Amino acid sequence: MAEVALLTSFLAASVRLGVPLALAALGETVSERAGVINIGLEGSLIAGALGGSLGAMAWSSALGGILAGAAAGALVAVVFAAFVVGLNTDQIITGTAITMGGLGFTGAVYQARFGLAGVPLTLPPLSSVPVPLLHRIPVLGPALFEQAPTAYLAVAMGILLWFGFFRTEWGLELRAVGESPDAAQAAGVRVRWTRFWATVFGGLMAGIAGAHLALDSGTFVEGMSGGRGFIALAVVVLGRWNPLWVVVAASFFGGASALQFSMQALGWDVPHQFFLALPYLLTLAALAGWVGRARPPSALAHPWPKTTM
Amino acid sequence: MGIRVNRVLRFGGLWVALAALLITGVVAVGALVAGGYDPGVALSALVRGAAGSPEQLFSVTLVRSVPLILTGLAVALAFRAGVWNIGAEGQLYAGAIAGVWVGLAAGDLPGWIVVPLVLLVSSTAGAVWALIPTLMRLRLGVYEVITTILMNFVAIQLVGYMVSGPLQESRGVFPQTDAISASARLPLLIPGTRLHIGFAVALLLGAALWVVLRSTVFGFRLQVVGQSPAAARITGRIDGARVIFVTFLASGGLAGLAGAMEVSGRTFALYEGLSPGWGYTAIAVALLAGLHPMGVVGVGILFGALEGGAGAMQREAGIPEAWVSGIEALVILAVLAADQGRKWFARTRSERARPAESSVG
Repeated sequence: MAEVALLTSFLAASVRLGVPLALAALGETVSERAGVINIGLEGSLIAGALGGSLGAMAWSSALGGILAGAAAGALVAVVFAAFVVGLNTDQIITGTAITMGGLGFTGAVYQARFGLAGVPLTLPPLSSVPVPLLHRIPVLGPALFEQAPTAYLAVAMGILLWFGFFRTEWGLELRAVGESPDAAQAAGVRVRWTRFWATVFGGLMAGIAGAHLALDSGTFVEGMSGGRGFIALAVVVLGRWNPLWVVVAASFFGGASALQFSMQALGWDVPHQFFLALPYLLTLAALAGWVGRARPPSALAHPWPKTTM
Repeated sequence: MGIRVNRVLRFGGLWVALAALLITGVVAVGALVAGGYDPGVALSALVRGAAGSPEQLFSVTLVRSVPLILTGLAVALAFRAGVWNIGAEGQLYAGAIAGVWVGLAAGDLPGWIVVPLVLLVSSTAGAVWALIPTLMRLRLGVYEVITTILMNFVAIQLVGYMVSGPLQESRGVFPQTDAISASARLPLLIPGTRLHIGFAVALLLGAALWVVLRSTVFGFRLQVVGQSPAAARITGRIDGARVIFVTFLASGGLAGLAGAMEVSGRTFALYEGLSPGWGYTAIAVALLAGLHPMGVVGVGILFGALEGGAGAMQREAGIPEAWVSGIEALVILAVLAADQGRKWFARTRSERARPAESSVG
């Protein structure tokens, strides 16, 4: 019986930890399909965490936090998009700067607001919503169908985006911009406009992911995004730019992160740093084993219009 | 990530740097005012903290510039070859772990043996840390931006494990190593200050890299590979993979050396959070320097002053030190914007000049 309870809590933790990865990776999938790789995703995540915390405190509601987090993440992505789409700057370097700036400014704002040492905040909890009937399934029910609303949002977005990408004209245009911007433009698609909003949407999703992180742990900690933005970038690759597979890949990494709790519960004597490093190691291993078979959008990371000099 | 990166990286020199500094200054002062701080108080605290006294200048600013110059050189070298090494932070930590390990294990030997050994082993460790992303890029086509960043997080956990496990201090209280013995410490450059010979080494390496890039065959090949991999291939005489391999490992070695300089020259021990993100700041340093090695030396000192002054700014003006990494990010964005401006000017000028050229040709 103890094993069953352990399995349930492991699965539940996998979903809980996989949700922010799934949300951020789904957003990134949209911007990468439009040809923009956003290394600044981490910046949107941490801004979403701080914005989510401040919003949730201001309105004393978790939903307020999610909305404020989404806005903060989108705002950071607007800065990124203004540079890479507006000024046509290098996407990698700009994204790195956005991540550094995001981590720096959220730290500065947090310290300015709550003092240099920082204080633990008390955020309204992200209460779980059981799905009628399904949550009664033994073992799986409590793990998968008694989750925070953000978990259902991630799954719904995965399905919605899959449909949008491959079954609508909107998706065709988006993918055309990422595969061949010149052809897309010739067909009358507004390339830069598409790239701009796709990037901002990516930041918005990362912001929701950040807000989930803060609300889920009940407080904001400087640098709490902990590299999830970068893991999300890898999740997009592993999910082969397909929203449904992206959700699956994110759950896999959620499971990897959840291992640390189960291993500790089982009393395994392995240094805890190993489990903290495990998601990054697994990401590296997965990239090594997987990338050869994955093909990114052709125009990914290429500025457009192309200029010489 | 299997992306064909084919970008020309030429960040434009002095004017771009000056314009970027001006933009950064204006935005930073604006942000301080918006944050409710007095920019005058902040600035004077910054300047006094960075260079208000010989003690501040030599023992704070210049000491802090050492890891910034070395990691800055690591990034500049890699970027010149089109290698997107965002992993200087992890490579620095790998070097610091190795350096402190040698310092603890071989501390009985005389200094003229231990110190070179520490530096050698540390830079090797940094190169080894870069080896995994290097092989993943060359053998598997995995884009190094993500892998180097992931390796940073792994390195940070490894430090955490080392200082609370195998290398923990003998008292076993705090998560840190014992202090390395006196013979494993870097000699001082100026007696009476904390400025160690690492500063001189950093200056020499900057000059050496400049010579390598300017006037050696390898330096030429490196830049051809960085500016146009296709051109490098077409010549048939440049083994692009080999150039990338050597450059990537050399970049890791330089970052590893920065870690050695820290544990052997400044802290004499290893603990978590040894680096306040130098490996990332290095990107700002390298870009503001236009990827020029001697520029990196200058900008490294400037950023050393910025970080040195930040402590004073926090104490005297109540401005969180975290502002500094925000400002460093601003520097990168300002360089990018200013560089786009340079390209735009160059384009419009060449368009104006074109009719004259065509009448000649």
